Amino acid sequence: MPLLNKHDRRPEHREARIVGFLCNWCSYGGADTAGVGRYSQPSDLRIIRVPCSGRVNPLFILKALLNGADGVLVSGCHPRDCHYAEGNFYARRRLEAVKRFLPTLGIDPRRFEYSWVSAAEGGRWQKVVTEFTAQIHSLGPSPLMADAPEFDFLKECGI
Amino acid sequence: MALREQLKKMILEVLPGVDCVIGWGAGYDALHAAPLFMRAPEDVERFLSGPLGAFGAVQNPALFLPELAGKKIGLVVKGCDSRSVVQLAAENLIKREEVVIIGFPCEGVIDLHKLRNKLAAHFVVNEPGGVTAVNLAGDHLALTAGGQEYTFKRDEIMADKCPRCREPNAVISDCFAGIERRADNIADDYEDIAALERMSLEDRFRFWEQEMSRCVRCYACRNACPLCVCRDHCAGASRDPHWLTQADSTRDKFMFQLIHTLHLAGRCTGCGECQRACPLGIPVLLLKRSLGRAVEEMFDYRAGLDTEAKPPLLTFRVEERKIKEREW
Ligand code: SF4
Ligand code: SF4
Repeated sequence: MPLLNKHDRRPEHREARIVGFLCNWCSYGGADTAGVGRYSQPSDLRIIRVPCSGRVNPLFILKALLNGADGVLVSGCHPRDCHYAEGNFYARRRLEAVKRFLPTLGIDPRRFEYSWVSAAEGGRWQKVVTEFTAQIHSLGPSPLMADAPEFDFLKECGI
Repeated sequence: MALREQLKKMILEVLPGVDCVIGWGAGYDALHAAPLFMRAPEDVERFLSGPLGAFGAVQNPALFLPELAGKKIGLVVKGCDSRSVVQLAAENLIKREEVVIIGFPCEGVIDLHKLRNKLAAHFVVNEPGGVTAVNLAGDHLALTAGGQEYTFKRDEIMADKCPRCREPNAVISDCFAGIERRADNIADDYEDIAALERMSLEDRFRFWEQEMSRCVRCYACRNACPLCVCRDHCAGASRDPHWLTQADSTRDKFMFQLIHTLHLAGRCTGCGECQRACPLGIPVLLLKRSLGRAVEEMFDYRAGLDTEAKPPLLTFRVEERKIKEREW
């Protein structure tokens, strides 16, 4: 994969805007482990640390995608390993529902993924980020909703 | 006995035991019904007095229940309305014992957006007094508008939710007028969503861009929704978090719909009030039905059928039956 630079305007070199919601206890730790272990990773992901994947309001995902994010990744503890025991079980239902809802909006469901990565799994984290980033690059920038042209009252009235 | 007479008799029987009975009365013209609050026997004369009868009973009276908590209310319901009552009770937003439910076999209701679109070529329908002499006879609706006469088949101006309705009889009721309509042969194939999804992703996105650009942010869709119960605490009006800006932006308008849709996930009964109430006729029900379909597929669950059911997004299974585990 070419080295990405956000100032580079060539599409294949353009850095994608990917938002990652990572739970404090597992995936954020996993990303840290990957960093400490010096696993190379694409740098397109902007990480937002949340206490639990169960904290992720599905609206965060939609809001990000509608406002210019090219992709959103949510990552938490493996099922059964949630620090708060059940947060990721609730999250799994919500996240899956959102994923199935995206096609109706005209948003490619591949722009959103969720994964389970533990704090020890630096290598797995590297794989998730690398593959997801490549997937987003292949999809290109996400569509933006344009505003309706301003209503010109005087013109409408023929003035 | 005609349906209206039967219902009137029931309302009169229920009335002494409740603070009021909610049904439908005449609106500002012959086409429009309005919610009717009957407190005294003489009010019952105005029940379904319009020329459309129950075909014009478009509003969902369950909307008023949460605000009237603590009072005893009689409620005349179509099948879809009854599901809203069930869902409200399932979520403890109302007490079942505070409502006396009067059901009837619903034969479908009119979609005034459809009618308006059919007449739009001729004149502005919304003008009060624009439509006169409405007459529903058998399968045909005749009306006079702008001095012209028009006839429509009942089916072509019926709301889309009606032919696919699996619960035309109230799902719960304390009294029922008439004979239940058979509906076990009716299925909902979500053809409306399927049609949308036959368009390319890009076209769908542009479809919503186009539709939502017409939104005037009146929030009638929210106000008409019986399950949108936050009232003064709507996420759409909150400054912290600031979900929506005050700008006239299509993105914000769409975001508002997504908030509505997601807050109704696993709760929406598909009553269609949001879309009916929209003065611009924006097909916002598609969004809600799409998420409803996802919920139905994943959890074999439809909202508003069982007051004891646990909403699927408020619970989980350690091993989900229909969610594939992530490969990465
Ligand atoms: S979102 Fe629309 S269809 Fe769903 S319950 Fe509310 S008004 Fe009815
Ligand atoms: S009712 Fe229609 S115009 Fe009003 S806020 Fe809802 S979608 Fe927009």
